[in-house]
Amino acid sequence: MVGVTVSSGVFVLVAAVFLASAVEMVEALTIVVAVGYTESWRSALEGVGAALVTLGVLIAAIGPALGHFPITSLRLIVGGVLLIFGMQWLRKALLRSSGLKAKHDEDAIYQKTVSELSSEGEGPARNRVAFVMAFKGVFLEGMEVVIIVITLGASAHRLGDAVWAALVALVIVGIIGMIVAKQLSKVPENALKMTVGILLVSYGTFFTGEGLKVRWPGNDTSLLLLVALYAMIVWIMHVLIHAAETPKKVNAA
Amino acid sequence: MKNQSSWPVRMLKGFGMFWWDFLVGDTPELFLAALAILGVVALVSLSAHANTAAVVILPVLVVASLGLSVFRAVRDSKRS
Repeated sequence: MVGVTVSSGVFVLVAAVFLASAVEMVEALTIVVAVGYTESWRSALEGVGAALVTLGVLIAAIGPALGHFPITSLRLIVGGVLLIFGMQWLRKALLRSSGLKAKHDEDAIYQKTVSELSSEGEGPARNRVAFVMAFKGVFLEGMEVVIIVITLGASAHRLGDAVWAALVALVIVGIIGMIVAKQLSKVPENALKMTVGILLVSYGTFFTGEGLKVRWPGNDTSLLLLVALYAMIVWIMHVLIHAAETPKKVNAA
Repeated sequence: MKNQSSWPVRMLKGFGMFWWDFLVGDTPELFLAALAILGVVALVSLSAHANTAAVVILPVLVVASLGLSVFRAVRDSKRS
């Protein structure tokens, strides 16, 4: 029984970190591919390397320090942050799936990055621009991954598992990125975002409760129940928004 | 006179802006809802010691907050 409850908690943790990392890395990869194709692969990869080293230093500096923080307070703060973050992701994904908000279009980001680089003009400064753009893209998207890895990993006392899940996502997205290159818009990002939102809100609810001394029935197993509950609620919301929007679309046609 | 602020001020400003965008962004209602959820569940769990109520209230408030925020966005999109 203990094995089962520990596994379910670890499974949700690893899935949440892996999928969140994958989504953010697809966004970063779009910028890097655009910079590499239009400017200089060397500068783009140097920017990626510099950003990864900076993020690694951040994890090394902040990660162990969190181990000295009182676990109840840590879980309360992490729970609150994950609740906000997860609800934001779910809201965006629901609105995008219903066509009320423009989907995160990797093709549009690619074109925007290319046109920004084209307007920089010729000259030696171009490589510096490519480096900075690749660094900025990877660092900003990576920061979100770092926050998820550190908060989830430290709160569950499984920082190692969280780091490994993020690294595996990095390798897989990197390999896929090299294969599909400019076709990153084919990645079902909104579906991934919705799944991650459900996992983050579930973990946020669980940790907020733990931080406020709530005793969850079945301990870690209740995480799976929360995931199932939120998945069902999100599906109902999706159906309701679609039902409300369909007559409008029919009338418009 | 130099108008640019020093790098520690810029760093601090950037740090603050990052967290503001990260937590509040364009959905301040979700930020406020999360604070309200923490307050209500703290009252129920820590003050009233009603564990079962806290277990039920916490996800219900999360669903209600998300539902209201999505409803607000749908209503706004219909108006525009």
